[in-house]
Amino acid sequence: MNVRSTLLSTAAVLGVLMSASLASAQAPAAQVIPTDARSALSGGMFDAGQYASGMVLEHSVRPAPGFFEREALFSPPRNPAEGAALQERIRADPRFAPLALANSDMALSNGRLFVGNFNGFNAYDVTKGGAPELVMSVVCPGGQGDVSVVGNLLFMSVEANRARLDCGTAVAEGEVNAERFRGVRIFDISDLNAPRQIAAVQTCRGSHTHTLVPDPANPRSLYIYNSGTADVRKTAELAICTDGQPDQNPDTALFSIDVIKVDLDRPQDAAIVSRPRIFADANGRVAGLWRGGRAGIATQNTAQTNQCHDITVYPEIGLAAGACSGNGILLDISNPEHPVRVSDIFDPDMAYWHSATFSNAGDKVVFTDEWGGGIGARCRAEDPSTWGANMVAAIENRTLRGRAFHKLPSAQGADENCVAHNGMIVPVPGRDLMVQAWYQGGVSIMDFTDPAKPVEIAAFDRGPIEDGKLFVAGSWSAYWFNGRIYSSEIARGLDVLKLVPGDHLSAAEIAAAEAVRSDQINPQTQTRVVWADTPDVAQAYLDQLMRAPAADAALTAQVQAAIDEWRAGRPDSRGAAGIAAALTAAAEKETGAIAKGRLTALAGIFTRRAG
Amino acid sequence: MTALPALLLAALIAAQAPTSPPIFQPGAPGAAARIITPGEAVALSRSTFTAADVAFMQHMIVHHAQAVEMVELLETRGASPAVKLLGRRIALSQQAEMDLMRDWLTLRGQPLEMPGMSGHDHHAGHAMPAGETPVMPGMLSPKQMQTLAAASGPAFDRLFLQGMIQHHQGALDMVAGLMATPGAAEDTLLSDFTNSVVADQSTEILRMQSILSDL
Repeated sequence: MNVRSTLLSTAAVLGVLMSASLASAQAPAAQVIPTDARSALSGGMFDAGQYASGMVLEHSVRPAPGFFEREALFSPPRNPAEGAALQERIRADPRFAPLALANSDMALSNGRLFVGNFNGFNAYDVTKGGAPELVMSVVCPGGQGDVSVVGNLLFMSVEANRARLDCGTAVAEGEVNAERFRGVRIFDISDLNAPRQIAAVQTCRGSHTHTLVPDPANPRSLYIYNSGTADVRKTAELAICTDGQPDQNPDTALFSIDVIKVDLDRPQDAAIVSRPRIFADANGRVAGLWRGGRAGIATQNTAQTNQCHDITVYPEIGLAAGACSGNGILLDISNPEHPVRVSDIFDPDMAYWHSATFSNAGDKVVFTDEWGGGIGARCRAEDPSTWGANMVAAIENRTLRGRAFHKLPSAQGADENCVAHNGMIVPVPGRDLMVQAWYQGGVSIMDFTDPAKPVEIAAFDRGPIEDGKLFVAGSWSAYWFNGRIYSSEIARGLDVLKLVPGDHLSAAEIAAAEAVRSDQINPQTQTRVVWADTPDVAQAYLDQLMRAPAADAALTAQVQAAIDEWRAGRPDSRGAAGIAAALTAAAEKETGAIAKGRLTALAGIFTRRAG
Repeated sequence: MTALPALLLAALIAAQAPTSPPIFQPGAPGAAARIITPGEAVALSRSTFTAADVAFMQHMIVHHAQAVEMVELLETRGASPAVKLLGRRIALSQQAEMDLMRDWLTLRGQPLEMPGMSGHDHHAGHAMPAGETPVMPGMLSPKQMQTLAAASGPAFDRLFLQGMIQHHQGALDMVAGLMATPGAAEDTLLSDFTNSVVADQSTEILRMQSILSDL
């Protein structure tokens, strides 16, 4: 796409949006963030008021020893006496860093949950059914500490300029420093009593996030897509790096991602193998997406989409969704070393394309907009309901099409940082559900089965750290790991939430989701969920069909009786084959795509049951 | 006393005491980790801030305040709904960032203004004597602000967008300047903040360029 057509498409998008807002002006309720029971919860460090709907807080694990300091929270003094005391303390010890102990992203491997932290990472045993048990703490400061795990290897993102190769804190000073490390660290975690850093792959813009990509040609090898968002390092510090706009410097380290290859048998040799120009246009212009700039306008050409914030890969469909600051993009990753952009999307309501999550069928992507970077209160009643929200996009012929915005449907206080953040699919068959972190907006589950009408179906929230005063805290990531929601709370530790049945989610739907298990989960490396044929899965589809007012009562009663027999272990006296035929016939008549899909899936289960 | 009750007692104490695994600080690639105390772990998290960091925050507050003033003018003098919508969004994010910067400075016992700076209120363009020199990189000069304040309708929208693009580009230049200062921007929150400034302002510049081209 060249600049002219980009601008044309902007105009088109603006036109569409303006007419959309005119249309929605007739239904103003959709545009206002409502106040509800979680809007004014009482504040407290570990005793804030709580709200839960459709889920319950099962465990709350306080921060690990060495990973909490009240003063490390973002805590401005409230009166002159506190201010004077603080100034005295700072005079005595100028080394001081709020947010430096924040919990961040998570990964799961072999029953161990790894929780990243700005100061390192912690590992918890989650196999015992009770509260997660801390089994290892590692201190290695250097940035937000995005973590991924494969077997005995843990990968960690490092972006801060202060970070050092040796995990030390004698700040790497100066413009050029041989001890500085910004990139992806690799740790050997095979022995929890002797973790060891085995490699540190230096990159030009550090590592804000990274994504593991399996190598289709070799199971003992994998790729890492690294997204660096910081300034470009000096060439004297890292020879592969040069800065500048591409028209002045075609080799600029801006406008690319890093592809790192890891031989799992020799991880110490991990190295960058390509830095693809995934934002280039058809004419090879490196700055092919939102670069902008026209003669006569008082501005330089401004780098815009010159980085991704996060990339989610879905190897089974050969695609990756990139949330790349100014655009959402779709990449063909059939050759992972050389990803190729196949679609891009822009929207004037999206401030910063931050993360992406595919639907299980791979026909939709939820992009999040981290408007303002996550440290501000952006879910207040007066904040626009389409800013800092999710954008649900459909994939049609490998092309992204924006369908709807969805923002946390609860006004939050000015004392709570809140914006859309990291989430993951909840594997309920027949529905597209995503559990998601909204910082101090809490944890929320969005149903985006109909991409034009996303809706919240469950939520958990706490009040602020302290009433009337914003401290940066809240859920960084909320992920579905083997039957429970784990929420990494920036300041308060680790929460475990369990779904409970209600009007929006049945017991069978929850049971079907809880039965889905995996030994290794890195949420940005999506894998296709395939449900076993069980009474719970069949019941889940049936419950969904019965929620619709137009459900065929005779058919659903027949299916219910058959499921009840199946669950009770009785023989198939109702005739699975006949039920399958009736469901197939109903599916053929059904005009709604969602109901048709559920009828077809249910027919498939009974067809297989009939043998 | 035999050894057995003592061992049992020790086991009992161990079971009752809150136990947690050791905390490791790894070494450079290939080197062994060492075990550290929780106090050392917290100490390792702390980073310093420099005079350049403080000056950056003080300057950026002044810089952001001008954007808010420009949006105040936009409310009464602008014409395009798309420009107004964007302007309100800019004001919201600039105000939130100003709060954050003030808190950052207060938290570190630093004054909100540089010595010798007369306070951001005095930078209000329409209240200043005419002059050609902007106060910070990219800021509209007092004369530019006066021209803006005198315009209205589509002409205002155009001047507003051009001025705000220049203004935002200045913020990017200020971040670039800070990043080029040895030892600066080590502070985690400040580093996060500068990243979000770059992201926000770059996005807004592009959006403004796009709207400008459609006016």
